[in-house]
Amino acid sequence: MEGYLGSYATLGLLLLAGVLFFTAAFGANRVLRPSAPADPFGKREPYECGLDPVGGDWAQAQIRYYVYAYLYVLFAVESVFLFPWAVVFDRPGFGVTTVVEMAVFVAVLALGILYAWRKNVLRWS
Amino acid sequence: MDPTLQTFENDVWWIALIKVLGVFVLLLLLTLFTINYERKVVARMAVRPGPNQVGPKGWLQSLTDGLKLPFKEEIIPRTADKVIYFIAPVISATCAFTAFAVIPFGPVVSIFGQQTALQVTDVPVSVLVVLACSSLGIYGVVLAGWASGSTYPLLGGLRSSAQMISYEVAMGLSIVAVFMMSGSMSTSEIVAAQGDGREVSLFGLDFTAPGWYAVLLAPSFVIYAISAVGETNRAPFDLPEAESELVGGFHTEYSSFKFALFFLAEYINMITVSALCTTLFLGGWHATWPITLWSGANTGWWPMLWFLAKVLLCLFVFIWLRATLPRMRYDQFMRFGWKVLIPVNLVWILLLATVRVLQTSDLEAQTRFTLIGAAVLVVVLVAVLWPSGKKAAPAPSLAEQIAARPQGSFPLPPLDLQVPPSPRVARQVAERQPADVSSDRSEV
Repeated sequence: MEGYLGSYATLGLLLLAGVLFFTAAFGANRVLRPSAPADPFGKREPYECGLDPVGGDWAQAQIRYYVYAYLYVLFAVESVFLFPWAVVFDRPGFGVTTVVEMAVFVAVLALGILYAWRKNVLRWS
Repeated sequence: MDPTLQTFENDVWWIALIKVLGVFVLLLLLTLFTINYERKVVARMAVRPGPNQVGPKGWLQSLTDGLKLPFKEEIIPRTADKVIYFIAPVISATCAFTAFAVIPFGPVVSIFGQQTALQVTDVPVSVLVVLACSSLGIYGVVLAGWASGSTYPLLGGLRSSAQMISYEVAMGLSIVAVFMMSGSMSTSEIVAAQGDGREVSLFGLDFTAPGWYAVLLAPSFVIYAISAVGETNRAPFDLPEAESELVGGFHTEYSSFKFALFFLAEYINMITVSALCTTLFLGGWHATWPITLWSGANTGWWPMLWFLAKVLLCLFVFIWLRATLPRMRYDQFMRFGWKVLIPVNLVWILLLATVRVLQTSDLEAQTRFTLIGAAVLVVVLVAVLWPSGKKAAPAPSLAEQIAARPQGSFPLPPLDLQVPPSPRVARQVAERQPADVSSDRSEV
C-alpha cells in the first residue's frame, strides 16, 4: 500500500474482498436452499401474471431509448471535459480566457440539446 | 488532524483490510437498520404501527427477512440466459459496495498504534470513483432485465437504465460546482475545504456559520438532491418498479439470494448517495456550530457520530419523500430531467465560473463591466429569441367579438334566440299511440 498507486491498490483489495464475500455467500446459499425441489410443469415459465406467456421473451421497445443513450454519451463526455477544468480554472495562470473557452464548448453542446428539443426527441409521447 | 492524500499512501496492508471489513460490516448493519427505519417512519406517517413483532419493538424484522432469503429455493426461468442472469446481481452489489470506499468518516485516528484516516482510501479523483460505480451499477440493472428472458423485466430494465443515465448526467453536472469551489476531486480535501466557516454575529450572538456547500452552492445542492432520488429509483421517481405497470421491474424473475443482492444494492445505493451528499454539501464529518463550542468535537472517533447523524437525516428525507409524494408520470419525469435540470445546471456552472474568475482576476473596471454587459446581453437575447412553444390563442367566441365592436355599431338581433319546435314533430307525436307501461300485458 505504498506510493501513489497504493491508494488505488486498496480499491483492488476491496474488490478482492467483494469476490470472496460473494463466493462465500453463494456457497452458503447453495448449501442452505432446498436441494431437490419439486419441478412441476410450468414452474420455470417466465412470469406473466398467472397466464401462460404469449410469444417470445422479447418485447417491442421505443426507439427513443436509443436516442437517450446517445444524448447520455454526449453529456457524459462533456462532463469528462468539465471535471478537470473545474478543478483548475481559477488557479493563477488561467482566467477569463479559460471561462470563455469553456462557455463556447458548453454552448456547442447546448446547441445539441436545443436541436434535440426542437426535434421533439425529448418529448415522451 | 485532517487527512491528506499522503495519509492513504502510507497505510499498512492489514490496516487497509481492517477498514475494508469495517465498511462491509457497517454497510450491512446500516442496510438492515435503514429497511426497518423506512418501514417504521412510513408507518408512523400513515398512522399505523408498522413492524412490531420480531425482536424489541420490531427492530429485528429486516434481519429475519434477510436471513430467510438464502433458505429459499431459486427459480430461474427456462428462457433465462444463465451466465448473465448470475452476473447481473453481482455487478449491482459489487458496484454499490465499492462506491463507499472513498467516503470519509472522520479524521486521522490511531488503530492498534497505526495512524490512519477513517476512510478506506482516497485517490485524487475519488468523486469520479463514486460516479463510475453508480454508472457501472446500471449494467447490473439492464443485464438483469435482459437475461431474465421475460417481458416485464426487459421493459423494466430499459426504463430503469434510461432514467438512471438521464439523472446521472444531472448529478455529474451538479457536482462540478463543488469541484470549482474546492479545487479538488478528492473527498477528504472537499471535506477539509468546507471545514472553516465564517464568524457571523446575529442579534448579539456570535457563532460560526457552516462553510457547507449546501449553503454556498444552493442550486447545485437542490439539483443533486433531486437527481439522487432519480438515480436511486426511489419514490416519487420509482418508475422502474411501478408495481401497477411492471410487476417488480427488472428483478421480477429473481428469487432467493440473488434477489437479496438486488435489494441490498438498492439500499446501499441510497446510503451511498446520502453519504456523498453529506460529504460534498453538508460538511462531511465536521461538526456544526453548537457542537463546535466543545473543542474536542472534531477529534478522535467523535466525527463518525456527526457523519452518521447527517447520513440518517438525509435518509429520513428519502423516506419522507416516499411517504408524501405520489409517483410521477414517465414523460413528465424525463422532461424534467432533460429540459429543466440539465440546462439550469449548465447555466449555473458558467455563471459561477464567471463570478469566481472576476473576483480573483485583477481586471480593470471597464473590462469587467464590458464582460458583465456582454453576459447580460446574451441572456436577454436568448430570452427574447427563445422559440416559444405556446400555441396561438383560440379564436374569440361570438360574445367576445360582439363586445369588441366599437361604439355605435349596427344593432344586433337578440343572440339568445330559441328555435321553436317544428309543428310537424308535434303532430307525429300526437298521432302515435302513447305507450302505457302500466297496462296489462295480456291484453296486447
